[in-house]
Amino acid sequence: MNAATTQTADAPAEWGPLSALPGHPLMWVLIASELAVFGLALLGYAGARAQNPLAFALEQDSLNRLAGVANTALLLTSGYFAARANQAAHAGDATRTRLWLAAASALGLGFLVVKGFEYAGEFAAGHDIDSSPFFTLYFLVTGFHALHVVLGLIILGIVGRLATKTAVETGTAFWHMVDLIWLVVFPVFYLMR
Amino acid sequence: MQYQTQNIAKTYWLGALLIFAVQVSFGLVGGLIYIAPNLLPVEYFPFNMVRMIHTNALIVWLLLGFFGAAYYLIPEESEREIWSPKLAYVQFAIFFLGGLSAVVGYLFHIYADNARSYLEQPVWIKLGIIVAALIFLLNISMTVLQGRKTAITNVLLLGLWGIAIFFLFSLYNPANTSEDKMFWWYVVHLWVEGTWELVMASVLAFLMLKITGVDREVIEKWLYIIIATALFSGILGTGHHYYWIGAPGYWQWIGSIFSSLEVVPFFGMMIFCFAMVWKGRRDHPNKAAMIWSLGCSVLAFFGAGVWGFLHTLHGINFYTHGTQVTAAHGHLAFYGAYVCLNLAIMTYAFPYLFNRAPYNQVLNIASFWITSAGVVFMTVSLTFAGALGTHLERVQGMSYMDAQDQIGLFYLLRFGGGVVTVLGALLFISSLLLMPRTKTVVTGAIPAAAE
Repeated sequence: MNAATTQTADAPAEWGPLSALPGHPLMWVLIASELAVFGLALLGYAGARAQNPLAFALEQDSLNRLAGVANTALLLTSGYFAARANQAAHAGDATRTRLWLAAASALGLGFLVVKGFEYAGEFAAGHDIDSSPFFTLYFLVTGFHALHVVLGLIILGIVGRLATKTAVETGTAFWHMVDLIWLVVFPVFYLMR
Repeated sequence: MQYQTQNIAKTYWLGALLIFAVQVSFGLVGGLIYIAPNLLPVEYFPFNMVRMIHTNALIVWLLLGFFGAAYYLIPEESEREIWSPKLAYVQFAIFFLGGLSAVVGYLFHIYADNARSYLEQPVWIKLGIIVAALIFLLNISMTVLQGRKTAITNVLLLGLWGIAIFFLFSLYNPANTSEDKMFWWYVVHLWVEGTWELVMASVLAFLMLKITGVDREVIEKWLYIIIATALFSGILGTGHHYYWIGAPGYWQWIGSIFSSLEVVPFFGMMIFCFAMVWKGRRDHPNKAAMIWSLGCSVLAFFGAGVWGFLHTLHGINFYTHGTQVTAAHGHLAFYGAYVCLNLAIMTYAFPYLFNRAPYNQVLNIASFWITSAGVVFMTVSLTFAGALGTHLERVQGMSYMDAQDQIGLFYLLRFGGGVVTVLGALLFISSLLLMPRTKTVVTGAIPAAAE
């Protein structure tokens, strides 16, 4: 019943402008939708912050910036590994593809561990998703992003099993999106003041 | 008609048209009560009962229409007869009698004690609906599984299974009012902004395939993109019903963000229909079916998409919650997305079912413009009523009944729109049922779908 899998992606002309993109065209529909969701969330954050700039600045100060920087480095490096996996898949080297994907996934897992410690600290300090407008948005956006990291790890696992060119292109496109979103979420929530 | 069992659709659609007439008539009665509350004897026409019949009959006939559409298009898509025609008629009898006795029961004040809008049926009728749904799913799933599988039947099946599964939540009635509402939306929202959209997309895809003759491969790609965006936005879009009902505050953000994107699949369906008609090589003789299909996609975009977006952001909904803005949106959304869809597939299929060339085209096309004009006029009147009512009541702090007095003019205008709508609906029904005596049989083979 899964529409995407019963259909082969090897008839590119029918997808119109999506045909030129690497990987499965429906992945790009998903990526565009995700960017729209996070874009709207950040727009909402800007609006909420404009209404209450002092409280937002104060609570933003309590975030762990060092952990944020570490996570940015982890995801960027992981993205590089994913790109190497993509190159290996293009060269037809399944073993190296899987090794690079495993490396990318390991750093993704590292991201989740760091994020987990961060959340633990924030909960301990008495913040949660309902405690203030800032923390509602912080937990929603970063939590939703973390769920995408989890989904990304599952997708990398699946495309690693297949290790074909199209599959790896599709999976790493998703992973790069997760990476890209963090690059916008991190400065907005942790740094901009 | 290529398959004998497509005839089953006739029974379903005739039943649907009958209840359609009941539904719009009670709408008119409701509109009349708004402007002249004491004209009709209240003991026979209490507003709550009239409203209940208006909304319940709507759901029953739309579902009958969907069932009919499934029985009509699945044989053609699967290239085989329906698995068990006998079961299909048994299912019709259970569903139609259940629906009818629920509506008649409301007249005698028989409904569930824990009544929730749309789901006022007593439990035994709910169980009957579930039995009918199980028979239906068995029947069409067996047909599809044994036949050719296409994207259209896959999406249709997914939608119909979803409808049945989410209906199960109607049996769960938590005592806590907030929880009760949350689960109520599992049925109502996940139907009209989830599974019904899948049905809508697949039936529109079938109509485009037949009417325009565009390649199936192209139509399937559009269908995938439309349903991907519908599910992506619609599921978490449920959050826009969780404002101010006791659910945690973060639902305001989830609801606002995801439901803003609910306009995307409707926009996609509109672009899809127009792109296919422009691209199409085939000059199909049933122009009325094409107009209903195009009208469906446009009015759904405005009614469900634009009018939904008007009050979906929580900052705006804080003021408009439960005002006539909701009624405006409800009318155009149901009409555009699901009424027009049913009338489109009926207009397309009736000539084939009765083995005739397309008939009463002028009458049918006129009924499209008249009914749609009536509904759009009602929608605009209610939008004004809602905007003005919101300002008077929620911004200026006027009491509810004083504000209602101020917006009375718009209820009068809405009633006028309602009269036009009912006339249009009756015209549509007669254009389908009153066939010309001189029978022009379809000459030559029925045009085969482009594959």
